Amino acid sequence: MEIFEHDLLIVGGGAAGLRAAIAAREHVDDVGIISKVNVLRSHSVTAQGGISAPLGNTGEGVDDSWRVHFEDTVRGGDGLVDHDACEILTKGASGTVLELDNMGVPFNRTEDGRLDQRPFGGHSLPRSLYAADRTGHGITYALYGENVRLDNAVYNEFFLLDLVADGARVNGLTAYNMKSGEVVGFRGKSVVLATGGCTQAFAHTTSGAASTGDGLGIAMRNGIPLEDMEFIQFHPTGLPGSGILISEAARGEGGYLINDDGERFMKRYDPEKMELSSRDRVVRGMQREIERGKGIDGEDYLHLDLTHLSRRTLEEKLPTISQIAEDFAKVDPSERPIPVRPTAHYCMGGIPVTLNGRVKGSSWGNTWDNLFAAGEAACLSVHGANRLGTNSLLEAVVFGKRIGAVAGRTAEEGSFGKLPRETLNQQEKYLTELREKDGTVRLGEIKSRLRELTWNKCGVFRNQSDLEEANDEIYELRRTFSEELTLDDRGCKFNTELRSALELRNLLEFVPAVLLGAYKRTESRGAHYREDYPEKDDGNWAVHSYVVRTNEGRYGVDYRPVRNDTGRGTTDEGGE
Amino acid sequence: MKVTFRISRYDPETNEGSYVEDFLLEVEEYELTEVTVLDALVEIKEDQDGSLTFRHGCGHGSCGSCAVLINEKNRLACETHLDDLELDEKTVVEVSSLPGFPTIKDLVVDMDNFFRNDRLARPFISGEDERSGPTETEQTPGELRRILEATECINCGACTASCPTYWENEGYLGPAALVRAYRWMEDSRNSEIEERLAALDDEKDGVWGCNKFFNCLEACPKEIDTVGIIEALKRSVITS
Ligand SMILES: Cc1cc2nc3c(=O)[nH]c(=O)nc-3n(C[C@H](O)[C@H](O)[C@H](O)COP(=O)(O)OP(=O)(O)OC[C@H]3O[C@@H](n4cnc5c(N)ncnc54)[C@H](O)[C@@H]3O)c2cc1C
Ligand code: FES
Repeated sequence: MEIFEHDLLIVGGGAAGLRAAIAAREHVDDVGIISKVNVLRSHSVTAQGGISAPLGNTGEGVDDSWRVHFEDTVRGGDGLVDHDACEILTKGASGTVLELDNMGVPFNRTEDGRLDQRPFGGHSLPRSLYAADRTGHGITYALYGENVRLDNAVYNEFFLLDLVADGARVNGLTAYNMKSGEVVGFRGKSVVLATGGCTQAFAHTTSGAASTGDGLGIAMRNGIPLEDMEFIQFHPTGLPGSGILISEAARGEGGYLINDDGERFMKRYDPEKMELSSRDRVVRGMQREIERGKGIDGEDYLHLDLTHLSRRTLEEKLPTISQIAEDFAKVDPSERPIPVRPTAHYCMGGIPVTLNGRVKGSSWGNTWDNLFAAGEAACLSVHGANRLGTNSLLEAVVFGKRIGAVAGRTAEEGSFGKLPRETLNQQEKYLTELREKDGTVRLGEIKSRLRELTWNKCGVFRNQSDLEEANDEIYELRRTFSEELTLDDRGCKFNTELRSALELRNLLEFVPAVLLGAYKRTESRGAHYREDYPEKDDGNWAVHSYVVRTNEGRYGVDYRPVRNDTGRGTTDEGGE
Repeated sequence: MKVTFRISRYDPETNEGSYVEDFLLEVEEYELTEVTVLDALVEIKEDQDGSLTFRHGCGHGSCGSCAVLINEKNRLACETHLDDLELDEKTVVEVSSLPGFPTIKDLVVDMDNFFRNDRLARPFISGEDERSGPTETEQTPGELRRILEATECINCGACTASCPTYWENEGYLGPAALVRAYRWMEDSRNSEIEERLAALDDEKDGVWGCNKFFNCLEACPKEIDTVGIIEALKRSVITS
C-alpha cells in the first residue's frame, strides 16, 4: 500500500482545482492534484456559454462595473446571496479573467482585437466572455497547461475514498488507484476539495457521468454539514431524453422559446426580459406551458427557435450546439427549431466554507484547520437561491485562486500529520466487501430509482406530500444499497462497477440533505418552488440551511442568517 | 431487430488473454438514429454484465473519454449512432479498445504515454512577456482563426491510435501532440518560438516522424486537418 506525500493536496482537476493549484505555488513548491478522471475530462471542459466579467468591452456594456455585476448577481440570487462573498467574486472577476486571457484561452474577439462579450440571462449588460461555445474547454486546457508549466503532480484516475481526519485537522486522504487496483494514501499539510457538481442525482441532467457529488457524500460522512442543498438549478434547455445542454448562449444570441401554438410564451411570465429572464423563471414558465398542454404536440418539451439567427452567428458563436442539435436531435438549427426541456444543471449549495474557503464544521462557524473546499462542491453563497449563467466558471476561478493561495499558505506554515496504515486497511476491507456484494438488486436499478425519485418528488415543483414520501423512500434505497446490492465485477483493477457503486454510495449520502432542506423550507425562492407555499417569505426564510448527518445516519437541519449588509466583514487573503 | 455487439474483452487479473464476447440488444428500427454505441455499452453494463469496462464522461463529444475502435474505425462511442454504421443484414457492431495503446481492461487503454507526449508539446503560453497580465492581450480575429481549429482537439487519442508510426515508436509525439504543439506555438500571445521549433526538429520523435499515412485525418472526430497542421509545422521548422 503506497503512500504519497505533497505539501498541498487538491482533489479535483476542474477549473477550480486547477486554478487553486496554480495559486498555491506562490507558497509551496509541492502540489499534488488527484482526480477520478483524467483532469482534461473534468466536467468543466463541457461548459459552453461563457464566463462573466464586467470589462465593458462592447458598446452596450461600456458602463459596466463590479458594482453592476454585483447587483445583478444579488438580484438573481433572490435574497440568499452573501454580499461579502459576492463582492469578492465581482471585484475579482476582471483581473482573474484577464489572467485567463494571458494564459491563452481562445476567447472570441471583437474586430479590433479586444475580448468580445455577449449577453446572458439575468446580467443587465453583455458581460460574458466566450470561446465560441467551448468556453469551459478553453479555460480548462489553459489552466492545465499552466499546471504542466509549473510541473505540478497529477494523479489521474485516482478515486477519493475518504479523508483521514484527526479532530478538526485533516492529515491526508485515501484513494482507489484505478489502474493498479490498490488503495493508496496521500499525506498532505492541507487539503482542498474541488470535486465538482452533483446533478447526476437527477434523472434528467445536463451533467456528465462524473458529477456524482463525491465530495459532498464524503463531507457528510465526516460530520461536515451541507449548506443550501435544496437549491438545485434546473436549466431551461436540455435535449429531451439525453439531457444534453443547449447553452443559454443560444438565447443570449437572440434565440426564442416557442410553445405548440408557435407563441413566445415567456411574454406571460416575464414580458420584459422574455427568454433572458432568470433560469428559475424560464423553467417554471416552460413547465407551466407543458402542464397546460402547450408542449409541442402535447408532449413534455418545447421549441428553441434559432432559425432567424444568421448562419455566421451559428457558425462562429454557436458551433457546438449547432453540431449537438444535428447529431443528437437530428435538427439543422438554421432550418428547424430544437426540441428542449428543463433538466437539472447546477447545485447552488455545497460544503459550507468561509470567505477563504476553510470548511465549516457547523452553522455557527467553527472551522477545520487545514481543510478547504472550492468550485461547485463548495457553497460560498455567491449564487444564493439561483445562479446566473456564466457566474459559476467565474466562481471556480476567482475563489479557486483565492482559496488555493490560502491553502498553500496554510500548508507552508503547517506540518504533516499521521496517516495510520490502519485507515488504509479499513478502506481496503470496505472495497473488498463491496466488490463481493452478492444480493439481488443491480446497481443500475438502485441508481435509476434514486434519480427518478429526486426528479419526480423534488424537481422543479415541490410539495409536502411528495417530499414526505421521498424522505421515506430514500431511507429504503439506502437500505437496499447496503443489504441487497449485487455486483458482477470482482476484479481489483479498473473496476468501473465498483467505482459506480462508490459514487452511488455518495449520492445516497447527500441526497437526503436535498430532500430535507426542500421539505423544511416552506416558501418559494429562486430555484426552490413549493406549490403549497408559492410565496417568498423573507420574515422566516432569508436564511441558509445546514443539513448535518448524525452518527446514527439520521439527518438534522439548522440555519444561519444571510450576510447582506454590503461591505461588512469582507476579509482579504490576509485574515479570516 | 436484434443487434449484436461483438466486444473485445481483456481481464488483466486472469490468464485468459483477450477474447471476444457477443451481447445482443433489442433495438427498434426507428431507434437506430437515436441510440449511440455508448448508450448500448451502458445498457449492456447495467442489464447484462456489470464487469464490461469502458470510459465515458460527457456523452456528447466534448470530453474525449470514449474513443474506441468501432467497425474498424476509431470513433467516439458517444457520437456514433447505430445508423452511422450502415449495419448490414448481420447487424453486428464490433467494438474493441483503441489500437496503439496498451489495453488495461476491456475497452480501456493506458494513455500515460499519450499524455506524456502532450506535456512535451508544451501546452501553455511562454516567452518574454510570460503572464504579463492581468492586462488584456490583443489578438485579432485573424490571429485567433490561425489556431482555432487546433484548439478544438479533445485529446481523445483517436488520431494517434491510428498512426502506424506511433505504433512503431511511442517516442514519436504523434498527431495529437503535434496539433497541440502548433496550437500553443502559433498563439499570438506566445513568443517562445525558436526553442519550440528546435524541439520539434527530430527525425524520429518530432515532426519528421510523420510519414503522411493520413489515417489520423480520417480518425479525428472533430475533423481537424491534422496532416495540414503537421505540414505547417514542418515548414516552420525548415524556415527557422
Ligand atoms: C453542460 C454544462 C454547461 C455549463 N456551462 C457553463 C457556462 O457556460 N458558464 C458557467 O459559468 N458555468 C457553466 N456550467 C457550470 C460549470 O461548468 C461548473 O459549475 C464548473 O465547471 C465546476 O467546476 P469545478 O472545478 O468545481 O468541478 P468539475 O469541473 O466538475 O471538476 C470536478 C473534479 O473533481 C474530480 N473528482 C470528483 N469526485 C472525485 C473523487 N471521488 N475522487 C477524485 N476526484 C474526484 C473530477 O475528476 C474532476 O476533476 C455548466 C455546467 C454544465 C453541466
Ligand atoms: S463521453 Fe465525452 S467525448 Fe464521448
